[in-house]
Amino acid sequence: MFRLANPNRFMQWSARILPWCAILTVLLLGAGLYLALFVAPPDYQQGESVRIMYVHVPAAYMATTVYALMAAASAVALIWRHPVADIAAREAAPLGAGFTLLCLVSGSLWGKPMWGTWWVWDARLTSVLVLFFLYLGYMALVHAFDEPTRGARAGAILALVGVVNLPIIKFSVDWWNTLHQPASIFRLGGPTIATSMLWPLAIMALGFTLLFVTLWLVRIRSALMAAKLRALRLQQAA
Amino acid sequence: MGALDHFLAMGGYARFVWPAYALAVIVLGGFAVETIVTYRRRQRALDEAERRRP
Repeated sequence: MFRLANPNRFMQWSARILPWCAILTVLLLGAGLYLALFVAPPDYQQGESVRIMYVHVPAAYMATTVYALMAAASAVALIWRHPVADIAAREAAPLGAGFTLLCLVSGSLWGKPMWGTWWVWDARLTSVLVLFFLYLGYMALVHAFDEPTRGARAGAILALVGVVNLPIIKFSVDWWNTLHQPASIFRLGGPTIATSMLWPLAIMALGFTLLFVTLWLVRIRSALMAAKLRALRLQQAA
Repeated sequence: MGALDHFLAMGGYARFVWPAYALAVIVLGGFAVETIVTYRRRQRALDEAERRRP
């Protein structure tokens, strides 16, 4: 991690692993979609509407994981002033916001036929909505300063404060009476969902993860190139 | 009802299942396109700037 703080090292390393990430993303998402739409059985209670879960659960998992990564990168940026860490946090945010939006809307689309409502203000739904606003707030804050380093600093602090929301999301279904169902995969005693549904879910989740990693790396490279371009232009103007 | 119609009907939940998948494709595909287009544009600009460097 410390060696990757050097932008040149990061460019070399990411160029090597990016093709593999991209290939894996396409394979996993292709297989995941096929399994989710054609192979996985309809649920005995929810019928075919259960297929929304293969989008909703991986999106929810990514929404929280990306936030944790963004906060970790922010901590590294604050403590060690790594130039790549700031960029990594900044470039993770829009992707995380996208996954959160997808999680909220797909959940809503499932909630209407199954719960009879698009939305309820229960603890799980509300805390994920707060997560979405945290992402938006972070993005607005980072770009709100004339001096980019000050924006990055302020954003990093907000990202770290917002970490308190992650355990609230995770345990909301245990701490409060929620309409949202409790955990059925990452729980003590093992998953409670059928293997025929767990596999498509796992492959979709891996596909989402690899897609995020691929796009994140490309976006960090992109931001590093933009910085280099700015430096070159300043040099030429001088 | 044909096999395709049966599949598309999603057991009567078509109007909930397909928008969820469509949004996934739009959001994730949108990010992929935006990310790659921006990357290529910056790469070209950088190559150009480095060529012009004395």
